[in-house]
Amino acid sequence: MTAPLHGLVLAGGRSTRMGRDKAGLAFNGRSQLERAMALLGPLVSRAFVSVRADQQHDPLRAAFPQIVDAGGIDGPAAGIRAAQAAHPGAAWLVVACDLPLLDAATLQHLIARRDPQRLATAYRSARDGLPEPLCAIYEPASGAALDAFLAGGRNCPRKFLIQSATLLLDQPNPEALDNVNTPDDLAAATARGGAAGAMPARELHVQYFALLREQAGRREEAVSTRAATPRELYAELTARHRFSLAPEHLKVAVNAEFSDWSRPLAAGDTVVFIPPVAGG
Amino acid sequence: MSAFRFSHAPIDAAPLREELLDTHCGGFTAFEGWVRDHNEGQPVTRLEYEAFEALGVREGERIMQEARERFGVTRALCVHRLGDLGLKEVAVWVGVAAAHRDEAFKACRYIIDEVKHRVPIWKKEHYLSGDSGWVNCERCATHAHDHDHHGHDHAGAPHV
Repeated sequence: MTAPLHGLVLAGGRSTRMGRDKAGLAFNGRSQLERAMALLGPLVSRAFVSVRADQQHDPLRAAFPQIVDAGGIDGPAAGIRAAQAAHPGAAWLVVACDLPLLDAATLQHLIARRDPQRLATAYRSARDGLPEPLCAIYEPASGAALDAFLAGGRNCPRKFLIQSATLLLDQPNPEALDNVNTPDDLAAATARGGAAGAMPARELHVQYFALLREQAGRREEAVSTRAATPRELYAELTARHRFSLAPEHLKVAVNAEFSDWSRPLAAGDTVVFIPPVAGG
Repeated sequence: MSAFRFSHAPIDAAPLREELLDTHCGGFTAFEGWVRDHNEGQPVTRLEYEAFEALGVREGERIMQEARERFGVTRALCVHRLGDLGLKEVAVWVGVAAAHRDEAFKACRYIIDEVKHRVPIWKKEHYLSGDSGWVNCERCATHAHDHDHHGHDHAGAPHV
């Protein structure tokens, strides 16, 4: 039987390179921790924040159900092991709180392809091909294996996944797991927009075809928008033009090439939403 | 000139076939899609085709390249009509020339199937009743909650 899936947002890091608490970094008025919990919540049976003992009463973290590190283990493995110990029958979708470009599609893709027969299901890093341990599903059986790993004096969760016959998946959105460790990372992530960037309004071009052209009453328009991604832009335009097609029935193109729905949009981009096609 | 093209004027097959003639080829096969007078039980009087041409040519060209590589055919050409079409007009023409007939048949079939699924082309049917509808779109619009059960053409484009 497949174990129930709980969610764990890791917010126990010390943020030494950032110089301030990464969980509290705000985009669009919402902290990274709140954003991660909001992404995870609808996808899992229960969602928790992983904290160190001295963080329990931090107002940001106290707003959510917590799992407190047992102590004696360094790094993110401490949070994962504490969660497994607290709910040994559950599988855990573990997510770091410093992933400002993480999107629901990336989590849904991982969950949909989860293999409960393995110890874990994870993404292959878009940078080096190694497992990404901090956006991964750990099955109940991985608890004992992680214990043995830690008992051997090791604590790197990436190495744990490498030696654990983890199911590795390619990322649907290669930028989704880019984390922010330094103020420069943060500035770059904000500039790229992503799902969480504080996006200024800028002008985009939108072209319409077929049913969408008729419903919009025009072939094209210039749109001044804060929408960060095609997904957000389509929601905004649907509100304006009352499009009848749901986004799951469409594809999207940016600058005349098929695009991901979570690609960051830049000023001057030309966006086309593609209704179901019917050539021939 | 691109192996995948759009045409706003009626398609004349003779010069297209001429383009494919090749001394290395022993077989030629063509497929034509015609405008017929009915669809799903409704009498059809005419069609409108519309395309996102900039992307359509790119995606169409990728399909032609795939067909040449996959089946080892020498020459292939596809022209899709746009605009208003009456009954019996040619909506799409595919021609393939190859050393032998087998790869020509297979490549021709591959091209038309992939074009229908992947190239951003839309077809509006006008019915005898006076109604009209965008093929594959109207069902999505009216049954948007029911997206597991209708087979509209989104399966083929892994370019996201």
